[in-house]
Amino acid sequence: MTDAYAPSRGTTEGRVYNLSGGDWDTVLGGTDPIEEERLVLNMGPQHPSTHGVLRLVLELDGETVTDARVVVGYLHTGIEKNTEYRTWTQGVTFLTRADYLSPMFNETVYCLGVEKLLGVTAPERANLIRVLMMEVNRLSSHWVWLATGGMELGALTAMTNGFRAREKCLDVFEMISGLRMNHAYIRPGGVAQDLPEGYDEKLREFIKGQHEELRGVDKLLTGQAIWVNRLKNVGWIGVEGCISLGITGPLLRAAGLPWDMRKTEPYLGYETFDFEVPTDDRGDSYSRFLVRVAEMHESLKIIEQVLDRLEPGPTMIDDPKIAWPAKLSLGPDGLGNSLEHVQRIMNTSMESLIHHFKLVTEGFRVPPGQVYTKVESPRGELGAHVVSDGGTRPYRVHFREPSFINLQGVATMAIGGLVADVIASVASIDPVMGGCDR
Amino acid sequence: MGGPVERPVPDDAAPDQNAADIVGSTPAPESTIDRQTDSPYGVEHKGMFGVSGSGDTTGFGGLVREPWTPPGAERPYGGYFDDLVDALYAAYPQAGEAISKVVVDRDELTLHIAREHLIGVATALRNDPALRFELCSSVSGVDYLGSQHRLHSVAHLTSMTYRRRVRIEVQVSVEDPHVPSLTGLYPTADWQERETYDLFGIVYDGHPSLTRILMPDDWDGHPQRKDYPLGGIPVQYKGATIPPPDERRAYK
Repeated sequence: MTDAYAPSRGTTEGRVYNLSGGDWDTVLGGTDPIEEERLVLNMGPQHPSTHGVLRLVLELDGETVTDARVVVGYLHTGIEKNTEYRTWTQGVTFLTRADYLSPMFNETVYCLGVEKLLGVTAPERANLIRVLMMEVNRLSSHWVWLATGGMELGALTAMTNGFRAREKCLDVFEMISGLRMNHAYIRPGGVAQDLPEGYDEKLREFIKGQHEELRGVDKLLTGQAIWVNRLKNVGWIGVEGCISLGITGPLLRAAGLPWDMRKTEPYLGYETFDFEVPTDDRGDSYSRFLVRVAEMHESLKIIEQVLDRLEPGPTMIDDPKIAWPAKLSLGPDGLGNSLEHVQRIMNTSMESLIHHFKLVTEGFRVPPGQVYTKVESPRGELGAHVVSDGGTRPYRVHFREPSFINLQGVATMAIGGLVADVIASVASIDPVMGGCDR
Repeated sequence: MGGPVERPVPDDAAPDQNAADIVGSTPAPESTIDRQTDSPYGVEHKGMFGVSGSGDTTGFGGLVREPWTPPGAERPYGGYFDDLVDALYAAYPQAGEAISKVVVDRDELTLHIAREHLIGVATALRNDPALRFELCSSVSGVDYLGSQHRLHSVAHLTSMTYRRRVRIEVQVSVEDPHVPSLTGLYPTADWQERETYDLFGIVYDGHPSLTRILMPDDWDGHPQRKDYPLGGIPVQYKGATIPPPDERRAYK
């Protein structure tokens, strides 16, 4: 074989080829050392591209993945066990930390469970505020998905833009609940406090800003050659695969089934809102990107409708045995019990003081039984199996975490693909390990 | 993270074999539900503050909270529940034997299933055209400490076709914690059954790889059981020592 770029010459030791030659096949007699070897590659749990403390054990044949195992549990903090040692209200404080990118959904699904056990419903305004907070949270969660997913694929501008947009969502949370994360804002019976003054203007401005940011996504990523090539036909999973593996949320909708519990099993009055359920039929990572971005537009539509509908009214159930007596207000030293309430319990009414103390330290009792409540979180069906034995503490709280369940699809998506596509596949699932491991 | 040696582990929380041994040596499971004595869930709680022998004169110390038994439902169950149970009887001839109790509570249907019929019932629920529970939403455990069959394996099934939900519950004892695995019917049960095994010690027979998933592989005991302590260390604050959360005085 002669090649202008791979010259060879005869020597006393035999024929010598230079290194730039493309004829190593003939030299090595047709054996490929890479094909003969099985490489087991450990990725994570401390790896910038595994979306948190996720560990992947990949078996590689060259660049092709022949086996993939997912190892979880590195962020297990016993949140479910801890709730069994606190009051029903304090349970919110723990569960909001489970999936830390969708705290409002964790709080809502748990509170809906407690309310179902109690046989009460929160006032209309409280439910609207819950819808508002959840939809802002859906935006912020999808922004983080876009930011981290982009970063894992090397699109650093997507990361900076995504986190900038998410910051605006966190500003909304801070304005309403006082905190950017770990809110414990939604409580059994309603929400912790009413919306602050001037919320309407700020939120309408926020909606405008988010539309602007979403236009930026369209300019930067939608249809952009590198982004499309990295995502299209990568990490495919169909409707049958999704259902048998229990995968719900944007992955199921990107595969073609319009299963969104806001439409199929409505809660909190979602059936009265005008919004679409975006779907796609290709079931690959690019479809998931399109579905999530379209969902963000729909969330903005819902937020706008909530703002139009909000009427003054109570934000906590009118039951002094459940609702905490104090109305929180912002004082010079931060958020706390309102001054009027403190004056009342310290100066005029001993009974109010006793009642306040009992309700905060002892909590309320919940009639025994078990319920399963579910909401459509940014990652799919988030379910809460809440059991009461009639006491002041949850007997058992189990979260059906979409991150935990959707991660079972990694092997299906990764095997047979390239190792670089594993990153795109895992990113397109959008697992949050805090929720997965709880 | 505390190693397994340092943790206080109650004797009965730690099975002496690992899961693989138990799976290998299991005879066919016997029925777990004693229909005459459906023992109540949980234990009796005495005293409101969890204090005894203190010469309490308030009367709170004498209060008793009884263990609880979910009442069996009578026909008609209401809603789609009647249709669902009728369709199950039509699809699975031994349903009368399999379903030990039907509970309708807070608009939710719970079927208590004898464990040897679990696979049969779940197959009928998944495959029958009138039932079509395609999605297994959740598998979890509950430990009703104090009752005879204290470990409950609870599965929530969803029919996407009919938009229905049903809960199927199997009760087993700590001495014989075997439940047939649903992984053959619903692959999604894989990790969820591993989690329930990990945290409750319920052994799912027929599971392809029943290993710990959230706790470290060499952990002793099953942390979500009610007799497994929460753990934690006392905290000192301004000279006082505050015990860990599970040892503090608490309302019952």
